[in-house]
Amino acid sequence: MRTAVLKAVGGIRWYLKQATGEAKWDEYLERCRSEDVEPMSRRDFEWRRAEYKENNPQSRCC
Amino acid sequence: MSTVTSPAQTARKMTPKSMVGWGAVAVVGAVSWTALALLRGESVSALWILFAALSSYAIAYRFYSRFISYRVLRVDNTRATPAERLENGHDFDVTDRRVLFGHHFAAIAGAGPLVGPVLAAQMGYLPGTIWIIVGVIFAGAVQDMVVLFFSMRRDGKSLGQMVREEIGTIGGIAALIAVFAIMIIILAVLALVVVNALAESPWGVFSIGLTIPIALFMGFYLRFLRPGRVTEATAIGVALLLAAIIGGGYVEQMGLAQTLTLSKETLVLCLVVYGFLASILPVWMLLTPRDYLSTFMKIGVIVLLAIGLIIARPVLQNQAVTDFAINGNGPVFAGKLFPFVFITIACGALSGFHALIASGTTPKMIAKESQVRMIGYGGMLAESFVAIGALIAASVINQGLYFAINSPAGATGGNATSAAGFIGTLGFTISPADLNAAAQSIHEITLLSRTGGAPTLAFGISLIFTKAFGGGLAAFWYHFAIMFEALFILTAVDAGTRVGRFMLQDTIGNVWHKYANISWRPASWSASAVVVGLWGYMLYVGVTDPLGGINQLFPLFGISNQLLAAIALALCVTLMFKHGKGKYAWVPGVPLAWDLIVTMTASWQKVFSGDAKLGYFEQRSVYQAALDKGDLLAPAKNVDQMHQIITNSTVNGFLQALFALLTLIVVASAIPVWIKAAKKGGLPTNEVPPQPSHLVAPADFFATAQEKEAVREYEASERNLAHSGRPR
Repeated sequence: MRTAVLKAVGGIRWYLKQATGEAKWDEYLERCRSEDVEPMSRRDFEWRRAEYKENNPQSRCC
Repeated sequence: MSTVTSPAQTARKMTPKSMVGWGAVAVVGAVSWTALALLRGESVSALWILFAALSSYAIAYRFYSRFISYRVLRVDNTRATPAERLENGHDFDVTDRRVLFGHHFAAIAGAGPLVGPVLAAQMGYLPGTIWIIVGVIFAGAVQDMVVLFFSMRRDGKSLGQMVREEIGTIGGIAALIAVFAIMIIILAVLALVVVNALAESPWGVFSIGLTIPIALFMGFYLRFLRPGRVTEATAIGVALLLAAIIGGGYVEQMGLAQTLTLSKETLVLCLVVYGFLASILPVWMLLTPRDYLSTFMKIGVIVLLAIGLIIARPVLQNQAVTDFAINGNGPVFAGKLFPFVFITIACGALSGFHALIASGTTPKMIAKESQVRMIGYGGMLAESFVAIGALIAASVINQGLYFAINSPAGATGGNATSAAGFIGTLGFTISPADLNAAAQSIHEITLLSRTGGAPTLAFGISLIFTKAFGGGLAAFWYHFAIMFEALFILTAVDAGTRVGRFMLQDTIGNVWHKYANISWRPASWSASAVVVGLWGYMLYVGVTDPLGGINQLFPLFGISNQLLAAIALALCVTLMFKHGKGKYAWVPGVPLAWDLIVTMTASWQKVFSGDAKLGYFEQRSVYQAALDKGDLLAPAKNVDQMHQIITNSTVNGFLQALFALLTLIVVASAIPVWIKAAKKGGLPTNEVPPQPSHLVAPADFFATAQEKEAVREYEASERNLAHSGRPR
């Protein structure tokens, strides 16, 4: 029972991280580690992503 | 390389266990549909609609979408998707299928599926129910899935690009103009819904107004305080949002009631200024955080509505089919059941606008080809479910009240006594005291002629939630529902204005290159101003129309949305023939034929009908003739209003004719391509040649045991490769 609840909570956390794009940062860190590169700061990373969104708006439907 | 779904597997026979399971689903569906067909009177439970919908969706998804996926489109998991081939971490990005489903659903579902069914409830609950369910299964979900598939096979090209490349330049230009013009109408009508919901409602203005500082706060939080912590910022935002709704209940005590009681004209001005600012400000400041809030609210309320319906088990107050369906003289919108139910309910059954999303962001994020079924078909079924929820919410309200809320101000006369009299002429009874009590129960000044669907829906949701969760919170739930709807309409307006601005800059940039530079201020500001000006003008037309803006503009919105669907479906048929799959061209072809019959009949009636309630130009000439004689014609109260009606009818009629013409151009230029391709058994297309896929991922919502095993093997091999230092 407890493990099922923990699993569900873990699943929701995973989903939120993925859906909000927070997981992108973790993936980036992971990639830097495996390539032995110094990662940029979180702020710079997020600013770059914002810059991209700025120029690529997504339509919302009715 | 291992592939999860081999063709051999798809031909697999059903197991006895799954046969029993699907048999049970079919029985539930058959019983629910029979109940809806036979039960009449005052005790029809709304749950029959709910279960008829859910079981039909399940069967359609399991069998029809599978057929489309493996037989018609022949999805091929050995082929790499654009996300796998072109991954760049931004637009091309392999995304988990369940996450992408959420993204896609949030992008396609907005206010449309909530408004249309509410208005269509004037014809009874049955026509709307049947169209939403049958329409989505055979038309809407098919369109979304097939467009998604073809766009995915072309690296995520847009609808306009595909029409130009696969049908021809003339068709392409017509499609481009149609897309832009239709977007303007959609923005105007959505904004009109918000204006009608917030006019004379200080509580609503207070809480919706506060969403701007809340979004700004979240924007700064994510930019400077804690970059990237979206979940955290959204949680704070939602808490503040709920506080804003509760706070709205105290506007009277705060002495703000007078200041925040805004007229429709003032609200139009506010919206236009807001839309302009939102489209030129950096997205991180307003648009992105608002999008997070709106998505969260959207999914939260829809889940809550489904739970609320099952707990409250409301009884339908609406008739199965009203007289208005047959004689076509309903006060909410003019016209008979055919074609107008199919026009009024676009989103939720068949929505052309989705083709823009299915050929934009989503196809660039799909991990495996087989997932188009779950994302495209499944996503649209989810939207259809939202439409069913809205139809139920509108049908559990006292029908006298429903018509008092949804009839134009010219008809209800603006006070409870005259409204009750008018409702009496429609054949329903409600006393002036009851009308006032209904408004008081949700702390609104009045509910009379609050057209646009949002107040009706919010009232219905408030009834259902109060019954389900108790606690006498009717007013809170009403404003909660208004907030939820206004929030994502405003998000759609922000995003739509921005997309429109980019489209305009891009188009003008073809002739004047500098204009296409999106960071050049004079271009971005002027393009924003043009887009805002266009939808702002249509919004103003709607708000000031003495005949009632929703009554006049909503048919234009529905027809244009479905004309866009006709363009998308014509493209799908073209590609079926070009790929040598003419045998299955009926899959998008039948919905295309139906859609053309419906939209062309409706367009014809709106343009040429001799009934002044229905035909825009007849309306114009009747009012013009009266004006020439120096007469005033109700509901116009002065000469200015007469002029207004004449101008508005002309504009609406012209737009209506233009949209129909553009669609006919696209279809007419597609037909020769069909014939040529059918004769030759196929024609070359711009499909990207196959490249092998290495990714392994499940196809459907729930992974099968086999799929899980394949994913495990794949992940293990990826780890080994990473350890052995594979160059990326």
